[in-house]
Amino acid sequence: MRFFRIIGRSIKASLKSIFRNFSLSMASITCTIITLILVSIGILLSYNVNHITKEIENELTIVILLEKNVTTEEIQATEKSLKDIANVDTIKYNSKEEIKNNLAKESETYAKIIESWEEGENPLQDSFVLTVKNVKEINETATTIKNMDHVAVVKYGESMVNELIKIFDMVKNITLVLVAALILVTAFLISNTIKITIFSRRNEIEIMRLVGTSNFVIKLPFLIEGFFIGIMGAIIPVLITIFGYDYAYNHLSTVGLNNLLNVISLVKPTEIVYYVILILFGIGALVGMFGSVRAVKKHLTI
Amino acid sequence: MEFIEFKDCTKIYKNGVTGIANANLKISKGEFVFIIGHTASGKSTLIKLLYREEKPTRGSVCVGGIDVGKLRNNKVYKLRRKLGIVFQDFKLLPKLTVYENVAYPLESYGYKSSEIRPLVLRALEQVGLKDKTRSFPHQLSGGEQQRVCIARAIVNKPKLLICDEPTGNLDPETSKEIIDVINNINQELKTTVVMATHDKEIVNRMKKRVIVIKDGLIDKDIQKGCYKE
Repeated sequence: MRFFRIIGRSIKASLKSIFRNFSLSMASITCTIITLILVSIGILLSYNVNHITKEIENELTIVILLEKNVTTEEIQATEKSLKDIANVDTIKYNSKEEIKNNLAKESETYAKIIESWEEGENPLQDSFVLTVKNVKEINETATTIKNMDHVAVVKYGESMVNELIKIFDMVKNITLVLVAALILVTAFLISNTIKITIFSRRNEIEIMRLVGTSNFVIKLPFLIEGFFIGIMGAIIPVLITIFGYDYAYNHLSTVGLNNLLNVISLVKPTEIVYYVILILFGIGALVGMFGSVRAVKKHLTI
Repeated sequence: MEFIEFKDCTKIYKNGVTGIANANLKISKGEFVFIIGHTASGKSTLIKLLYREEKPTRGSVCVGGIDVGKLRNNKVYKLRRKLGIVFQDFKLLPKLTVYENVAYPLESYGYKSSEIRPLVLRALEQVGLKDKTRSFPHQLSGGEQQRVCIARAIVNKPKLLICDEPTGNLDPETSKEIIDVINNINQELKTTVVMATHDKEIVNRMKKRVIVIKDGLIDKDIQKGCYKE
């Protein structure tokens, strides 16, 4: 009972103190708002960069041209061996007849050329188009395929793929480091602002100590106050995240970025926004609480 | 049994200054004791040792059976709940009303509101401030603020009242009133009072036990003493 009474009083005291020390509370809240907006932007950016790199990775395919004059059985045997390769994700077979027909449909020039071929003549080759599970192992997979029977040519844009993989890895690492650094800076900035506000209340803490208040009971209202300030400071960044990201998503789609580059599309707002909201409230509340308790602790040593 | 006992107590500060050297002192329950001495003589150190704002470097200080020097930082509040402290600068929480200031210690100990109210009103009555419960400290005179400080100190019915220059910031007339309030508490509630002061007039008028501190040493200890140079 006594414990709950103390908690109840601490909540009341912390709310009172937020309003009675309004300018100080505002300083902490403003600092939280600014840094959490940065964190939100950082997370959204890094998440989208990851998403886009994954999409590009998924677009990477291996094209296999089979030897001319392979029989149906040989094609089936090759398809079976391809399926047995662990890294192969999907396999699509295109017969040379299909390719011929598709080409003829694609443009008149091709159609004319194909018309000039003799009846039954088809210099094209049967082919497979593969996607892989892990792009990083695409080199090894291509080599394995090259060594298979009946395979004439394997193409996957080696040099471009290798460069892309390197760039993707770098971008991922940079965004990760950026977000981590932003979160650290946020923690530092918020807890420093709280430290300053609590420094101005050190007399209050001293009096509490002198009249026999236990350290726990002194810290509790500050802990709750830090929590409230963190949550209040997270509200505006959360709103900006919800509406800002939705706007960015829709705006970029209408501008045509999505159509312009088929592979690039932002993560849908519903997939990411809730997750960012949780992170923002979490960082706000935790940093608020620990920041203020750490600051109070300094004034509790005798 | 003695209520307060200093045994070969020495306090040397980190900067090398000796606050108190080899103090041996006993104070019984219900006594009223003045601690007098010049500025920087060591009387503030002696007072601070009583409520564990300072720890003895050597020797021991016992208050109400608690060895103050051995008390860990996070247990100090247990000692302070048994004491009332009156400060020269009152140390009131400026944003709380008179009532809230006096109620604050009890609230922080987890008392029920229904238990707190009569205790606070009784303490305020004892210091003659029952009609100012809703005022804020800045709306009160120095003497009234000191009364609030005394009410806060006695609200938990402590066994010991420590007063560190309680009249240092007050005019002679108000000082006299404050001392009378403290004397009444000593007489009526049998609270032990230890008071550090500069105020000659008060010491001479009260005729209580006087302990004179000089350069960190207990120079004199006189029953019914006077303030003499």
